[in-house]
Amino acid sequence: MGKVKIYLGASSPAKTSEMKTGDWGTEWAKVDEDKCIACGRCITFCPEPCIEYVEKNDKKVARVDTDYCKGCWICFTVCPVDAIKMETKEIYKLEVC
Amino acid sequence: MNDIRSYFGPGHGACPGCGFPIAVKITLETLEGKAFVVNSTGCLEIVSSMYGRNVWAVPYIHSLFENAGAVAGGIDAALKALGRKNEGHVVVFAGDGATADIGIGTLSGMFDRNHDVLYICYDNEAYQNTGNQQSGLTPPGASTTTTPVGDLLPGKMGRKKDMIGIAVAHGIPYVASASIAFPNDLRRKVKRAIEFEGAKYLHVHAPCVTGWGIDGKLTVEVARLAVETGLYPLVEYENGRLVRVMKLKKRKPVEEYLKIQRRFRHLFKHPLGEKIIKELQQIADENVKRYGLEDEG
Repeated sequence: MGKVKIYLGASSPAKTSEMKTGDWGTEWAKVDEDKCIACGRCITFCPEPCIEYVEKNDKKVARVDTDYCKGCWICFTVCPVDAIKMETKEIYKLEVC
Repeated sequence: MNDIRSYFGPGHGACPGCGFPIAVKITLETLEGKAFVVNSTGCLEIVSSMYGRNVWAVPYIHSLFENAGAVAGGIDAALKALGRKNEGHVVVFAGDGATADIGIGTLSGMFDRNHDVLYICYDNEAYQNTGNQQSGLTPPGASTTTTPVGDLLPGKMGRKKDMIGIAVAHGIPYVASASIAFPNDLRRKVKRAIEFEGAKYLHVHAPCVTGWGIDGKLTVEVARLAVETGLYPLVEYENGRLVRVMKLKKRKPVEEYLKIQRRFRHLFKHPLGEKIIKELQQIADENVKRYGLEDEG
């Protein structure tokens, strides 16, 4: 009897990082780290999720991972202190004369 | 198992602004990853289990459109037969079509046998994966590709199926509705649900940006308006008794919910539109009366 090849029905785990969805939208979210109060609303609502807490100058602030941010504006709308801005990506900034 | 940041994502293929990833993420976070996920066919399956790009950091099975309830029941029976306790909860994620139309047979069987399963239906109110076809949970008046708006028809005729009522009628220990606009409420309901032994049903309202015709940034706003107008009441049944509802402090008219969605915009021009809006307002009023959403006096 020869060897039997078994194909698993599921794909291997922890491969999500391969699909960089950050290039989908025309904008990225950016957190104003001075305004951020680390309330966690954006982290709760981010559908990706691509926002996480980082330590900066002994202060906990949210930071967006632009590798995966699709630019859906949800964090922008739920932020209670308007600390999140949507930045247009460089390649979409066109000069109109 | 390296490079896992959360139990679901990042790097899935859902549209920007999609509602259900929020519900899935919050549920798995609340269960701390102790879950065996069964997923029926639908948007969630398509965006999360592409070949070689698995998003799930928990055990996951996708079988067919119609048998999520049966598969979950089988997993529960197998775990019990093997004596594997406290390894995790069997959780089903299914769309509204898989729950209310195609899979309702196996769902009913699962409820009947009272398997220890948490069934979560994410309700985006149509078959959004294949491009917005009407399902049993589509609200009246919504324009879909199978109920297009024309001179005669103003979108879907008939009512939205009462899945909460159907689940309660099976006599299962825990039935609740939640919304992605209220994540703390959803978290509490998942925590409460897993305290019960037996079948649990959770209905989660999750807007669809393309099907509903809303901007991605309005997802949370629209989900909140559905609750605040009374069209989507947040209720909780334990052992067949209504124990908690989310009270509405100041109820809004249904027009506020309808006017920001493309699938309802014809209602403000169509000759039959006014009648449908009245019907929707009546449904909201009935919900308020039935569940006591407003404080008397």
